[in-house]
Amino acid sequence: MSDDSRFHHGEPANAAPIIEMKNIKKHFGRVIALAGVSFDVKPGECHCLLGDNGAGKSTFIKTMSGVHKPTAGEIYFEGKPMRFEDPRDAIEAGIATVHQHLAMIPLMSVSRNFFMGNEPETKVAGISFFDKKTADAVTMEEMRKMGINLRGPDQAVGTLSGGERQTVAIARAVYFGAKILILDEPTSALGVRQTSNVLATIDRVRKQGIGVVFISHNVRHALAVGDRFTVLNRGQTLGTATRGEISPEELQDLMAGGQELAQLEGSLGGTV
Amino acid sequence: MANATQPTAASDERIKEISAFRKAMIRPELGGIVGTIAVFTFFLLFAFDSGMFNSQGIMNWSIVSAQFMVIAVGACLLMIAGEFDLSVGSMIGFAGMMIAIFSVTYGWPVWLAIITTFVLCTAIGGFNGWIVIRTGLPSFIVTLAFLFILRGFTIFLPQVIERKTIIGGILDVAEGDWLAPIFGGKILGGVFTWLGDAGLIATFERGTKQGQPVVDGIPMLIVWAIVLILFGHALLTKTKFGNWIFAAGGDAEAARNSGVPVNRVKILMFMFTAFCATVFAVCQVMEFGSAGADRGLLKEFEAIIAVVIGGALLTGGYGSVLGAALGALIFGVVQQGLFFAGVESSLFRVFLGVILLGAVILNTYIRRIITGER
Ligand SMILES: Nc1ncnc2c1ncn2[C@@H]1O[C@H](COP(=O)(O)OP(=O)(O)O)[C@@H](O)[C@H]1O
Ligand SMILES: [Mg+2]
Repeated sequence: MSDDSRFHHGEPANAAPIIEMKNIKKHFGRVIALAGVSFDVKPGECHCLLGDNGAGKSTFIKTMSGVHKPTAGEIYFEGKPMRFEDPRDAIEAGIATVHQHLAMIPLMSVSRNFFMGNEPETKVAGISFFDKKTADAVTMEEMRKMGINLRGPDQAVGTLSGGERQTVAIARAVYFGAKILILDEPTSALGVRQTSNVLATIDRVRKQGIGVVFISHNVRHALAVGDRFTVLNRGQTLGTATRGEISPEELQDLMAGGQELAQLEGSLGGTV
Repeated sequence: MANATQPTAASDERIKEISAFRKAMIRPELGGIVGTIAVFTFFLLFAFDSGMFNSQGIMNWSIVSAQFMVIAVGACLLMIAGEFDLSVGSMIGFAGMMIAIFSVTYGWPVWLAIITTFVLCTAIGGFNGWIVIRTGLPSFIVTLAFLFILRGFTIFLPQVIERKTIIGGILDVAEGDWLAPIFGGKILGGVFTWLGDAGLIATFERGTKQGQPVVDGIPMLIVWAIVLILFGHALLTKTKFGNWIFAAGGDAEAARNSGVPVNRVKILMFMFTAFCATVFAVCQVMEFGSAGADRGLLKEFEAIIAVVIGGALLTGGYGSVLGAALGALIFGVVQQGLFFAGVESSLFRVFLGVILLGAVILNTYIRRIITGER
């Protein structure tokens, strides 16, 4: 890995990071999923987390969103040390996560999904009721902003396409005032058109000053929107590169751990 | 991309306009509504003269339906939250027996016996839920264990304490109690007396009750059924907690990640199911004046079947309390209707099996429509 020198840890800060993860380790019994990963997110940037399947990307962002507690390591949120006991803590702090497989409940309506865990309420005769009217109106409005015209707020999420589901999840996070939006492989199951929609959405979200963590194992998707790139390989990070400092080939190499893929690429004519 | 034919999302030609028929199909109550109409049509046509639709007959199947409804509401919310409780029937027997032991054997005031039993049984329900959450085992297995454990105690305790399996004399000790009539009493007696006097419903023609209407009020069991249905329906569809119930059953992991307190929701639903079983038990004990070790047998399955007929998915995340109530009504009307029509009662089981299978197949089909699999 001769190009290693291109990577350097951290950027000269032009803005203070919203969240800073230092030397995060996570063990599952005897499995070492993360062996000391450092990562930070600044407002208004898209920081890509790249890595092959099983590299530990999902595990890492789960320590950021309160799903897993790190075995070791420090988390600083807006400069202060922070420990998330459960996802609620992270959500309340402003970290919204769209998980890889489990973002939405297909049997539930878009509006019920949109407000899941954050239901608006009105009081009738002293009893709190779910304010469906508000929920429906907000959902329709936010979906329209994202370019999705629903048949109605009661439409089940199961009838939406993969890209639309990602968009609903992103819209939800933005609506609830997230400071950080984590997207775990939002494009991996999508077609070309849907992918470009999601990437455009990421760009829009970033412009609002939200820090986006974009996980992918697809270098082209990452390079299309990313400001910084961190590659994870077998639970370890090889540092962070800034846009323009690194070529797609170099990123690809780092993700796969180098040689074998380079050889394969040679034999396939550079199409991997 | 900048050409004029680019479809807007509003009129995406590939999304078929959903027909009114399919829209109606997606309502979970649909099966229950259709079934109810079918069942009533059938019995009105073929058993109208059997006495099934005079005041006494109506009261007869209403009471049986109300029994099913009380336990179906609990089972319904629990199933939507993604869990089962197979210990409902044993819980009914156990709760009844505890009331009898506390009030008759130990001589506690009946209200204290009832309240203690409610606390004890909902606590056991909560314990069931806690084990399910803690171990991650299917609730099917955990509550199956409690089906046996509770039934065992229901048979064992009265034998040890009273040397018998039925404890009677509850009505005597309940005389003058303030809480007992909430479960064993009747309301609107005046209305029925008036109806009887006006000749609108039948009255006794001789004997000590001569002139009194044959139906002398609405049993509290029916009131409980209606109250529980309205409560369950409002909770599920009109509150934040209801959204959490759907979410917990739809996908517990996704719900947790969104900050829904899934464990609390599930445990509370186990407690509510036990509460409903206890309501059933207290009403039954107050009606019979006794508690028996074999009460409530197979009730867990009847509750689950009513819920499934009512459109809930066995896999959780989808269903309706109103649907479950209609399922219970179908259940009660058919069971009693076959009796009125003089049909061999074993055929009721055949009917049950057939309708259960039909309902499950229909629900699976509906699920595919909702999730867009076809
Ligand atoms: N809950 C868990 N228990 C045990 N091992 C796990 C768990 N979650 C993830 N792992 C392991 O950690 C490694 C990283 O997984 P993951 O973070 O999902 O990778 P990625 O998202 O990069 O594909 C894998 O080897 C996986 O088997
Ligand atoms: Mg992953």
